[in-house]
Amino acid sequence: MRELIRCTNVCKDYVRGAERVGVLRNVDLSVQDGTFTALMGPSGSGKTTLLNLIGGLDSPTSGEIEVDGLRLDSVGGRDLARWRARSVGFVFQFYNLLPVLNAQRNVELPLLLTGLSRSERRKNAGLALEIVGLEDRGKHKPGELSGGQQQRVAIARALVSDPCLLVCDEPTGDLDRATADEILELLGTLHRELGKTIVMVTHDPRAADRAEHTLHMDKGRLASTEESGTAEAVA
Amino acid sequence: MSLSSLLWANLLRKPTRTSLTFVSLAIAFLLFMLLQAISDAFSGGVSLTGMDRIVIDSKYSMTDNLPLSYVQRIRGLDDVEQVTNLSWFGGYYQEPRNAFATYPVDPESYFDIFREQGISADTLARFRNVRVSAVASEALATRYGWQPGDTIPIMQDIFPQESGSWTWQFELAGTFQYSGGEILLINYDYFNEAVVGWGKGQVGWLVARVADPAQVDAAIRAIDGMFENSSDPTSSTTEDEYRRQFASQLGDIGAISGMILMAVFFTIILLTGNTAAQAFAERVPELAAMKTLGFPDGSVAALVLAEALALCLSGGMAGVGVAWLLEPGLEVNLAGTIGSFEMSGWSAIQALGLATLLGLAVGAYPAVAAKRLAIVDALRER
Repeated sequence: MRELIRCTNVCKDYVRGAERVGVLRNVDLSVQDGTFTALMGPSGSGKTTLLNLIGGLDSPTSGEIEVDGLRLDSVGGRDLARWRARSVGFVFQFYNLLPVLNAQRNVELPLLLTGLSRSERRKNAGLALEIVGLEDRGKHKPGELSGGQQQRVAIARALVSDPCLLVCDEPTGDLDRATADEILELLGTLHRELGKTIVMVTHDPRAADRAEHTLHMDKGRLASTEESGTAEAVA
Repeated sequence: MSLSSLLWANLLRKPTRTSLTFVSLAIAFLLFMLLQAISDAFSGGVSLTGMDRIVIDSKYSMTDNLPLSYVQRIRGLDDVEQVTNLSWFGGYYQEPRNAFATYPVDPESYFDIFREQGISADTLARFRNVRVSAVASEALATRYGWQPGDTIPIMQDIFPQESGSWTWQFELAGTFQYSGGEILLINYDYFNEAVVGWGKGQVGWLVARVADPAQVDAAIRAIDGMFENSSDPTSSTTEDEYRRQFASQLGDIGAISGMILMAVFFTIILLTGNTAAQAFAERVPELAAMKTLGFPDGSVAALVLAEALALCLSGGMAGVGVAWLLEPGLEVNLAGTIGSFEMSGWSAIQALGLATLLGLAVGAYPAVAAKRLAIVDALRER
């Protein structure tokens, strides 16, 4: 199994007024291709910041981040956007769908950045909606769907470009228990059946139980790692 | 789906707000077209031709009359080939809204001077020989469906007849070619004979033609010199200069129109700019989501700018379109008052150019803000 994500000595600082706040401190991380990893930790521990760095949404203050063979810390702007479009699917807590577009068009949106024809885009978006079980809701706008259905549309949108990595930031944080279980089941299926590498930030231990690995963060550092229910400290 | 369908979907996100902005823009551009047409109408009305013609007016005011005897005296000058007299008659046909320019003229000399205003020999002969006759520009005769031989009553509000009547009746001798719109020429001899005593022997202004255009300046000096010490001194200019002077008097209309338009467009910039800024603020997380999906900064900025452009251009096109729809009706109602009322293609091009500039102006700030939008910060605002 190849290494898909490698973080080496990654630091991230934010400047708030005159103060410089260190959010990540010397993080080393390795994630293998085709694995399902959960990132847990208290609020402010840096897990979302780490997820943003892995997804190419932000740049580290120092250190190296390599994802799918690309050094994210050394590219920027347009190249990073192009890489995100090709290699990463994002699932957010609040879905971040475009309310003016129906489900089909929301899913189709990332495909505008590809060379696919209009009919191919429509077909692929339809397939992605079928995978998440919403093939009959394509014409509905987000406001006409439940929270769980909106999150399924967001997952379909994340999948439609067939990226190697899915990054999920609290994907069940805005859902009730039953719906959250359905979404987690869906992510598990994508991991098992489509071989997607998933990195998921969560506060929910039951959500983390679905992952093969759970990384615990605290005060900007990786505190421990846990595999299939056994926790071990990180040096 | 395409980016253009996303653009229109975004514009229709708040239909009421977009509709109100669209209507405001359409009204602003309708106003622009109307004021341009009015300005063009005034400019067109003083567009005279002829390098060899001199306009002779009262030195003190263009509203003062000159003695009819000046015609013969000026005609006697060496450099002058022909002289004709014109007066402002005013009046209206049937009802006050049917007002058009009417001039008492000497038929022979008038059409000798204004040769570009073609008239058939038969019509000119009838106009000359029948003292109560009149000739109408083709546009005027067409508008009211007049035929040669028709009796045309003109209600007066300046010149009553000696009989005390304020209604003058003329027999239409025919039509003549006139590019400036709707005018009626009546026989001066009849006017001079029938008008109340204080109006007799007076003319509004004179137009002279010199044999050699190079002698225009000398002729002007000779004419004004001849009457310099009289009770009715003259001020003569070439037609070109007369046009410039007249246009400068009308300049205030252009300035007023310009100020109205500036106020309108300043308000529109504030209104549309506010709408664009509000729309941007509401969509920050969505724009961040698009960037997350891989849309480059420039594409997101272009989408925001294109939305502002599309709104302003569609409002502009609607305004221009409505103006063109209104043109035939306005032309009928205003032609008699301000001359030829036409929406020019050039005005439409100017309007659409202005709409583009407006779109760029109001879309620039949101577009730059969208380009600079940091994904992580924007998603955190969610």
